[in-house]
Amino acid sequence: MPGTAPGSSNAPGRARVWIWLAVAAGLLVYPLLVPDFWVVSVGAQAIVLGVVTLSLTFLAAYGGMVSLAQMATAGVAAYTLAVLSSHSANAGAHLLPWPLTLLLGMLAGILAGLIIGAVAVRSRGIYLLMSTLAIAMIFYYLAQQNTTVLHGFDGIRGVAVPSILGVSLREPRVFYYLCLFIGIAAYLLVVHLVRTPFGLVLQGARDDELRMRSLGYRVTLHQVAAFGVAGFLASLGGILNLWYQGGISPGSIGMTSTVGILIMAVIGGLKHPRGAFIGALAYVLIQSFAVDVVGAHRFNTLVGCVFLAIVMLSPDGLAGMWRGLHTRKASAKAAPASTSS
Amino acid sequence: MSTRTFVKLAVSLALSGAMAQAGAQETIRIGGLATLDGPFAVLGQEAFRAMELAFEEAGNEVAGKKIEWVKESSDGRPDVALTKARKLIEQDKVDILIGPVSGGEGLAVKEYAKSVPGRTFVNGFSAAQETTLVSPASNFFRFSPDGAQWQAGLGNYVYDDKGYRKVAVVSGDYSFGYTQVLGFMTEFCAKGGTVPEKIWVPNGTKDFSSAIARIPEDVDAVYVMLGGADAVNFLSQYYQTGSDTPLVAGSNTVEQTVLSTKGPFQRRLEGIPSAHMVAAGLEDDAYKSYVETYRKRFPDGLNAPSAPYYGYYVATKAVLTALEEVDGDLSGDQAKFQEALAKVKLDTAFGPVELDENRQAIANIYVTEVARDDEGVLYNRMVKKVSAVNQVLGQDRAEFTARGVPSRDFPDCP
Repeated sequence: MPGTAPGSSNAPGRARVWIWLAVAAGLLVYPLLVPDFWVVSVGAQAIVLGVVTLSLTFLAAYGGMVSLAQMATAGVAAYTLAVLSSHSANAGAHLLPWPLTLLLGMLAGILAGLIIGAVAVRSRGIYLLMSTLAIAMIFYYLAQQNTTVLHGFDGIRGVAVPSILGVSLREPRVFYYLCLFIGIAAYLLVVHLVRTPFGLVLQGARDDELRMRSLGYRVTLHQVAAFGVAGFLASLGGILNLWYQGGISPGSIGMTSTVGILIMAVIGGLKHPRGAFIGALAYVLIQSFAVDVVGAHRFNTLVGCVFLAIVMLSPDGLAGMWRGLHTRKASAKAAPASTSS
Repeated sequence: MSTRTFVKLAVSLALSGAMAQAGAQETIRIGGLATLDGPFAVLGQEAFRAMELAFEEAGNEVAGKKIEWVKESSDGRPDVALTKARKLIEQDKVDILIGPVSGGEGLAVKEYAKSVPGRTFVNGFSAAQETTLVSPASNFFRFSPDGAQWQAGLGNYVYDDKGYRKVAVVSGDYSFGYTQVLGFMTEFCAKGGTVPEKIWVPNGTKDFSSAIARIPEDVDAVYVMLGGADAVNFLSQYYQTGSDTPLVAGSNTVEQTVLSTKGPFQRRLEGIPSAHMVAAGLEDDAYKSYVETYRKRFPDGLNAPSAPYYGYYVATKAVLTALEEVDGDLSGDQAKFQEALAKVKLDTAFGPVELDENRQAIANIYVTEVARDDEGVLYNRMVKKVSAVNQVLGQDRAEFTARGVPSRDFPDCP
């Protein structure tokens, strides 16, 4: 079955349903059992970063395109929304109603995704990686140096978070469920999309671009559209991240954050969308608790070691490691995506 | 994820949550947030040295209660500082948080402080003016002066004693830079000096040649406000191009960490005027014992305690003093403690410190000049002391705040 997700194994169907139900139930009752920190700073943050990572995993797993511009795309959406919302620098001016600013933010992110795609799909592999990194850095320096609109190095702070029916979306559990809803929706969107003709063309082009072209498919168009979809996903994550942080500054879209997304994707596994969330959760847990294990100033060392261990032991990430342990049949086919950089 | 793994995870999560809630009031938990990673890593080390010493001096106890110290590290980015502050407050359940190091981080933590009124935040070393001047948080205290205060006396000194009338500005393009430039220009422009050109450079700039080329030829001096590696790069390149216009330095430009960096630029630094909340080589017993204690306790530390060390030391001392006063009573959302903390008056190695109505320090500032001691080590020799500088630099508070926060274009006196 070439059309299905490349990572989906043929585990007994019923067991899988039970596992999914258990995971869903766990995610739903989770915030009711744990303190605020675990709800927001671990749970919600992992989902938010997971959604941005998902956009990269989508491009990498199904399009064979490892883009480093996903955090920048998320940044375009977040910056657009932040500039149009009330924040501390414009002293709470309400320029537009929030649903409209939200829409504009999303549109800006999608547009950025399409433009980045139009430039990036002309190259492949390491060249695509480098060109998207260049685009990300251009946007980073633009954000850092533009003081009139984007407020330079300090960024935009105190961004108003909307309330619905008097309930602020920043309430820990409200925010968690919002993130959970969007995370699941984004995940289902990707899982669905790769089974549509659009997704199949994308995977066909990943495996043999020339053949797809000779069959008459407009491969470039599909790939640019895939960047648009990835832009949509990244924008969702970017806007949630803006609300989580209460603001945005160039640090959020800089080199460290950009590479962070790639690390999450690789730790989780680049083959399947669920890897994005697993990777993000692992990253957030390491980030939060490295200090208890190895001391405060060894965080990057620990992340690096975990990263190395995973790349060497299980190139398919944590998601793949789990599968490798539980199903004896090791995946015979070589991994399609280029994981290391 | 298998069901079994999931159950295990859920149980361990629940346990860790319960554990954090257990250890109630027989101890007092104090969080330390500083940067052990990124460009300000050295400052973070100094910060934790200060807290360590302050706790040791108190015997790790205050008002009969044990002090539990939880450390967290940021890398200088506001969003990381915010995440770590959240972790300290929500997960580690600290009663009092001391930190962070840099300006942007301070603003982020202040905003967060508003959402947890029952805990107390004491600033470590961050010095953005806005933090305590514009919509301050009632549970955020800063026992060190801000970036504008740090420059008090410098504008007058270079106008009167150095005779400079026209000064160009080269500064980092961010809130701390604007704040310092405001501190310098407020006095300098009031005296009648002019600043024909302000050159803003992004943080982390490696090549300063275009900035150096833009410095007008007819200025008497160049005011430089850059920190850490940026300062070292600028100073090296400035002298390499053969410029001989004298420099005036912002607080971080000739900070002890920069002065200790090896390089040919070191030969040219003597005599550069600057100003800070600390100085070296004071002829004063309190100062001498402060330096002596530091050197004895931290033989692998710097030559002399740095400014971030002082910031965190004063903050920790203030917290301990207020805790003694209320006998360790943190009940009632810490109301009694916060009230006592706002009234704390400290006698430090650098003179008395007290807070204003926004819980911002009023303290002494030292105008300094880079000098070389008997062993050939560069340090900032005090040339003038400005006593009890407040946040509005001695001006009318309403007028001062009405002019708005410092930016690229404010203040301006071409």
